[in-house]
Amino acid sequence: MKEESLWYIFINASLINNFVLAYFLGICPFLGVSGKLETATKMGGAVTFVMLISSVCAYGINAFLIAVGAPFLQLISFIVVIASTVQLVEMFVRKMSPALFRALGIFLPLITTNCAILGLALFQTQKGYGMVESLVYALGAGAGFTLALVLIAGLRERLEFAEVPGVVKGTALTLLIAGILSLSFMGFAGLGG
Amino acid sequence: MNKPTDKSGFFAALEDSPSADTFLRGLWKDNPVFVQVLGMCPVLAVTNTSMNALAMGLATAFVLLMSNVLVSSLRHFIPKQVRIASYILIIATFVTITDYAIMAISVELHKSLGAFISLIVVNCLILSRAEAFASKNTVGQSMLDALGMGVGFTFALLCLGVVREVLGSGSVFGFGLFPDGFQNWIVMILPAGGFFTLAIWLLLFNILKQKRATT
Repeated sequence: MKEESLWYIFINASLINNFVLAYFLGICPFLGVSGKLETATKMGGAVTFVMLISSVCAYGINAFLIAVGAPFLQLISFIVVIASTVQLVEMFVRKMSPALFRALGIFLPLITTNCAILGLALFQTQKGYGMVESLVYALGAGAGFTLALVLIAGLRERLEFAEVPGVVKGTALTLLIAGILSLSFMGFAGLGG
Repeated sequence: MNKPTDKSGFFAALEDSPSADTFLRGLWKDNPVFVQVLGMCPVLAVTNTSMNALAMGLATAFVLLMSNVLVSSLRHFIPKQVRIASYILIIATFVTITDYAIMAISVELHKSLGAFISLIVVNCLILSRAEAFASKNTVGQSMLDALGMGVGFTFALLCLGVVREVLGSGSVFGFGLFPDGFQNWIVMILPAGGFFTLAIWLLLFNILKQKRATT
């Protein structure tokens, strides 16, 4: 595992094993806030930020828990760290940009229950990444998440003007687009190999 | 995220209803996956075989049941301000128990489900039941609600898992179905297949709903 280059880790997390389209992590915000391009971009930014912080914290906590000999506390500690980070980001966004705060709405506190972030913490532990590798992994995952969100938002904005049968509208249509996107992302499989 | 159905589910949960209804609601009318569209991550990720789908459904149902019972019995002691954090801690505890239990029962299964067992913590379904139902109702009612939702969730996972396994690997629970000539639809067990299968199930439900509305 150790010989993976940082570049490969980045490409792997963002394109080959895209968190949304290959691991299905973070589907809730993916379906929820992908209606508008602008909101999607900012949501991606917020998620990436939380990912970076919680990735570093998760690395520290994991090292500590192993030293103490209590790996069964891993899950609980991770979720607490993520929840506090989200709280911080929420306060920050509310102060800096009330408009964005309103646009993200309920989905901002819901980042806590965004599987992508907990998933990232768990995967990096599973893969035995070090400090720097974890950071790069988080960056790649965040970039991949943002990319998927922006792509789908762009497509959905176009679809607003298309005429689709009533039954297909809504979640089902978004899922179909996501399926096709996921297919096309499989084309990246050979990259960086 | 289907706003109107989400809301009706929430309001329906607030009403006092007979026990049978509490149980059945999760199964059909407010099915967590097909109607409320909650807890999508495991629904798509681990349904590439029927076995994985069943195991995931049961694990989720167990966590749902235990956390609903505990949340409901502690509902007078948990302060309003820290309730979400407390719920998450309760859920995380039970998920850890489940994780270790599955590892003890079958290492193979644990491997194929991977991190997704731990990810039950962030399944929105469980938190939403704790917040919308268990924190306002008696222990018995919450237990019934959790059972209904858990069975409904398992049912939905199986719906996806069976379709994907039959088409993608030509088998059900590992037993071969078709003669040798069958060409597997590899795409169905790949991530894309998950999206497509769920989309088609949702479409079916939409069509049913529309039919019922017109008649």
